[in-house]
Amino acid sequence: MSVRRLAKEQPASFAFSKATMKEAEWWIAKYPAERKQSAVIPILWLVQKQEGWVSEPAIRAIAELLGMPTIRVLEVATFYTMFQLSPVGSKALVQVCGTTPCMLRGAGDLIQVCKDKIGPKQALSADGKLFWEEVECLGACCNAPMAAINDYYFEDLTAETLSQIIDDFAAGKSPKPGSYIGRVASEPEGGPMTLTDPSLYDGSAAKKIKVLPNSQPRKEPA
Amino acid sequence: MVGILQDKDRIFTNLYGLHDWGLEGAKKRGCWNATADMIAMGRDWVIDNVKNSGLRGRGGAGFSTGLKWSFMPKEVREGRPHYLVVNADESEPGTCKDREIMRHDPHLLIEGCLIASFAMQAHACYIYIRGEYVREREILEAAIKQAYEARLVGKNNVHGWDFDIYVHHGAGAYICGEETALLESLEGKKGQPRLKPPFPAGAGLYGCPTTVNNVESIAVVGTILRRGADWFAGFGRPNNTGTKLMCVSGHVNKPCNVEEAMSIPLKQLLEEHCGGVTGGWGNLKAVIPGGSSVALIPAEQCETALMDFDSLRDLKSGLGTAAVIVMDQSTDLVRAIARISYFYKHESCGQCTPCREGTGWMWRVMERMAAGEAEPGEIDLLLDVAGQVEGHTICALGDAAAWPIQGLFRHFRPEVEERINTYRARKGSFAGHAIAAE
Repeated sequence: MSVRRLAKEQPASFAFSKATMKEAEWWIAKYPAERKQSAVIPILWLVQKQEGWVSEPAIRAIAELLGMPTIRVLEVATFYTMFQLSPVGSKALVQVCGTTPCMLRGAGDLIQVCKDKIGPKQALSADGKLFWEEVECLGACCNAPMAAINDYYFEDLTAETLSQIIDDFAAGKSPKPGSYIGRVASEPEGGPMTLTDPSLYDGSAAKKIKVLPNSQPRKEPA
Repeated sequence: MVGILQDKDRIFTNLYGLHDWGLEGAKKRGCWNATADMIAMGRDWVIDNVKNSGLRGRGGAGFSTGLKWSFMPKEVREGRPHYLVVNADESEPGTCKDREIMRHDPHLLIEGCLIASFAMQAHACYIYIRGEYVREREILEAAIKQAYEARLVGKNNVHGWDFDIYVHHGAGAYICGEETALLESLEGKKGQPRLKPPFPAGAGLYGCPTTVNNVESIAVVGTILRRGADWFAGFGRPNNTGTKLMCVSGHVNKPCNVEEAMSIPLKQLLEEHCGGVTGGWGNLKAVIPGGSSVALIPAEQCETALMDFDSLRDLKSGLGTAAVIVMDQSTDLVRAIARISYFYKHESCGQCTPCREGTGWMWRVMERMAAGEAEPGEIDLLLDVAGQVEGHTICALGDAAAWPIQGLFRHFRPEVEERINTYRARKGSFAGHAIAAE
């Protein structure tokens, strides 16, 4: 478990923006009418998108919107580690995966870059633009080491490439997510060695199937 | 050709995202072909064929998918609708396969959801995707929108089974991959596992009958029914049938995802698909074959290990999610496992005392052992504590925290002992000597 508490300094109030409210209503409609509470995680996330972090007044507003006791929303906000309980960098929130598969391929170097460029973990950089933390497995292990920056995955990183990416974010640019060694996704480096048969893609698989396998009554042996 | 499985027998033909993930592309690759005919064959036919295919759950536990479906009540009672919940909270370190399905072949998953829901008389399905998969969620939502617009799903759809499909997301909690914690989370609560029984098939989401399946287990169903249960059952050894997405990470020349036949030799998988171990096969030290929760196996066992449930169980490890983490001779194994211990300490939900306290305790001891700053007798104490966490918690996270440590000492105990001795010799050390002095 990790201990997570609300920030000491809190804003005086919170209001849903029109866009956030519209999306919140879309989420609420996904669940049975008397189960609005189900939408609490997605709505906390929307609020974080709107404000950059989750504040105490926002928690109260969500509780009211969903008809839940405030403590239940607080419980959820502090349990799930994607909710930032204090302000993060205005330009970039860098989350470096440090779990074993990434560690084996050099996550340590990435962490060092963050320390050098941004400062100690889970603290804002001096100019308030950047914030970094080490997170647990992000599920992109075939493209290790990697980091999630402002929601999207930057993969197959080295100290040099991450360094450049962070500089770009700090300068207000939007570096492209994905692999930084030219892979499309998780195929082997240098190009796929499987899924090369052209007949998989020529439409022959879409031909009408006359009889599904095992769909006829089995013939009894005579 | 590399590996065992031929391209014509692969289910995930857009695994690498080189083709169109959208509805047109998916249809061209065979998805949504004859789906209505499958529905017309009836529920029992679907469940029987999934049973006969030998498909075992792809989320780690390996329980028969068809059998699981058959546990759902036969009759739908008033006010207690049935639900299908798809576990897309892929968080097991080493595992990155469901991500590829959702962003590259989402229609296979949607089609599978429809068929499975029909088989279990569910009219609603929730896909619980981990919060970090933002891009994957965007694509999945877009694919679902396409399916609604084409009336493949929804009310009065072309398949004749009213069916709504919704995406829900989490917010960074590994524990929500445990099925009952996932249901709690989906209900808008902290993700803390429930005591079983009652099992979800009796009382799951909102107290209603529910089945929770892994993404891959659901996404293969359409193709299994199209090509026949016996086709799927023709791969792998008996009781370990089918094809499987395998994720290889760590010290190989070309880490990648690949769909292979079950029971492929581990060595062949690494050598042919992944460009071999860095520095050659002789440089291999150990492999974690099924995600961080299973015990590692040393290089000599990797010579003969097969990537299936039974072979790896016999080696006191497991197939898990088939996430292979390869470690070469340069690896500090004690540190690598200590990092896994930190992961479980971080992810323990705190509900059960043995896990909440034990994972933190085990991690701290592992960190000291990685430095060598420990008493030789502490190894047995650590194993004793690991044994007491294992099996004494509501869910399997306690077990998962204990197994990697037990595996390390099963095969590499002398290495840890040597490190402790070296440290003590260098320090002229005694109990309690502070590491902070370094």
